[in-house]
Amino acid sequence: MSNTTNVTSMEVEYRPDRPLVEIWRMFFANKAAVFGLVLWTLIIFTAFLGPVIYSTDPFDLVGAPMEPPGEEFLLGTDYLGRDILAGIIHGASVTLAIGFSATIFTVIIGVTIGVLAGYYGGWVDTVLMRVTEFFQVLPALLFAMVLVSLFTASLYLIVLAIAVVTWTGIARLTRAEFMKIKEREFVLAERAMGARNTRIIWKVILPNALPPLIVTMALGVGVAILFEAALSFLGLGDPNAYSWGYMIGSSREYIWDSWWAVTFPGFAIFLTVLGISLIGDGLNDALNPKLREL
Amino acid sequence: MRQEPLLQVKGLCVEFATRKGNVQVLNHLDLHLDPGEALGIVGESGCGKSMMALSIMRLIPAPPGNISAGQILLNNSDLLQLNEKQMQDVRGNEISMIFQEPMTSLNPVFSIGMQVSENIRRHQSATRAVAREKTIQMLKAVGIPVPELRIKQYPHELSGGMRQRVMIAMALSCQPSVLIADEPTTALDVTIQAQIFDLLKQIQQDMNTSIILITHDMSVIAEFADRVAVMYAGSKVEEGLVRDIIDNPHHPYTQGLIRCVPFLKKDPGTEREELNEIPGVVPDMRLIGSECSFAPRCRYVMDHCHEKKPPEVQIGKKHHAFCWYLEEGK
Repeated sequence: MSNTTNVTSMEVEYRPDRPLVEIWRMFFANKAAVFGLVLWTLIIFTAFLGPVIYSTDPFDLVGAPMEPPGEEFLLGTDYLGRDILAGIIHGASVTLAIGFSATIFTVIIGVTIGVLAGYYGGWVDTVLMRVTEFFQVLPALLFAMVLVSLFTASLYLIVLAIAVVTWTGIARLTRAEFMKIKEREFVLAERAMGARNTRIIWKVILPNALPPLIVTMALGVGVAILFEAALSFLGLGDPNAYSWGYMIGSSREYIWDSWWAVTFPGFAIFLTVLGISLIGDGLNDALNPKLREL
Repeated sequence: MRQEPLLQVKGLCVEFATRKGNVQVLNHLDLHLDPGEALGIVGESGCGKSMMALSIMRLIPAPPGNISAGQILLNNSDLLQLNEKQMQDVRGNEISMIFQEPMTSLNPVFSIGMQVSENIRRHQSATRAVAREKTIQMLKAVGIPVPELRIKQYPHELSGGMRQRVMIAMALSCQPSVLIADEPTTALDVTIQAQIFDLLKQIQQDMNTSIILITHDMSVIAEFADRVAVMYAGSKVEEGLVRDIIDNPHHPYTQGLIRCVPFLKKDPGTEREELNEIPGVVPDMRLIGSECSFAPRCRYVMDHCHEKKPPEVQIGKKHHAFCWYLEEGK
């Protein structure tokens, strides 16, 4: 009798770890990933609160040109006398906005094409993969430059250009995951329960394909930030948006006279991309079920 | 007074296109299932048992598969005439299926409660709360302890037997009239196997569900089914009530299958006997033409056997077989 009560109370107290809890635990056990997360917390904090605390307009000519870092201007001024620190702080939001919105567009295009190709297969797959290959063989940066220079440069256009040249990776990954998972037995079981294609795609296969997609998305944010920096450096950025790439690009001719004007924004880009890469790697380890079971 | 069958398979032919030509995996198959009955389908791997199940569900991967002829009548309406959308309303609602591998038939990323209740909501447009209640009720009915807590668990947290119970709960959540169980216990321990069969038996009685049980194990059939159809290479070779088939098998293949069951001996004896086997393997389905497909392995093989399809031989009231040897012996 006491035996049965015991079993029941054990059942009641049994609280297995939710997968999410387990993923967080794995993530936090990874020091590099936590460092990346700290970096990104700082960057996000800067992007949202920086302009409130340090309100100097980065476009304003506030001091003497090429003032070295010092007491008046912590990070110095550029060749026009614009405050570098203000540029770094205000540029954070531009950089993040580009990174995230370009990634969202990339994912929308890539996942849609990957899902259709991987799930339906056959001629749909053939057609979509030929299109994907066409985009893959174009030199990405050059293609982005062409797209941006065809129209008036704006942040929207840059975001779109980045998405157009980077979606192929996500599409191929999604396709591969769908081709693999659609053969699994639980997909057949779902079908035997009367599930429709839309349900099988979005609620059965996609959730199982998410781990590698999430990792790729995280890394994609870094790629998008680098693309924006490259375009701005080449003078194709939005002239009304004070991004880190623009800062480097505008001061590149004066690099020998004012190293700080390019070094600090460059360092900011480096830390941002490093941070997101470390987060991506950490997620990769945390989401990989084979590592998790160890 | 003859009862109208619930499900009738008439002259079902299924072919698969391969690089070496079309393969006929089901060859003019006839079956029927009466209301409340447990029909066993038995045969070696590759004899078309699972293909038959997937054909009834219209889940044959097409291409390469193709149902080329026949009818599948559920309550006298032909499932093969339905479009995909109508078929989706049949699956899980009127005919459900459980699979061999409970370890892989549940979606690993959702809790079991969510999976069962989604199925209920899909077919019965129930609210979330109603579906949850129904889920708990179903899990309780299949013998899952403390279902209120279990619904939050994920498939990897359950044992194989528990998962198969969840699959059964899901399959039965909309009270289908037919449940197809494709080797539901092959991946489970023998003790769990007995529990699952008890559960299926109880469900068959309580919910008046007709069950088609697919297995390669004659002893499972003996324990569970009312009637049995023996399949070989895509065709039915013998059909009858379980007692008739086990006590009085007529087709040489059925006799072979029953001899292969190791523990049907009454006296365990002091001497160990070697296990019996049917010599040879299931033939290459591409090579089956207009002969008896069992002929190459048959101990009673005669000249006709290589020339023409064997005729149907009536043995008892509900017992018949397809064999030249039996035809001659009449």
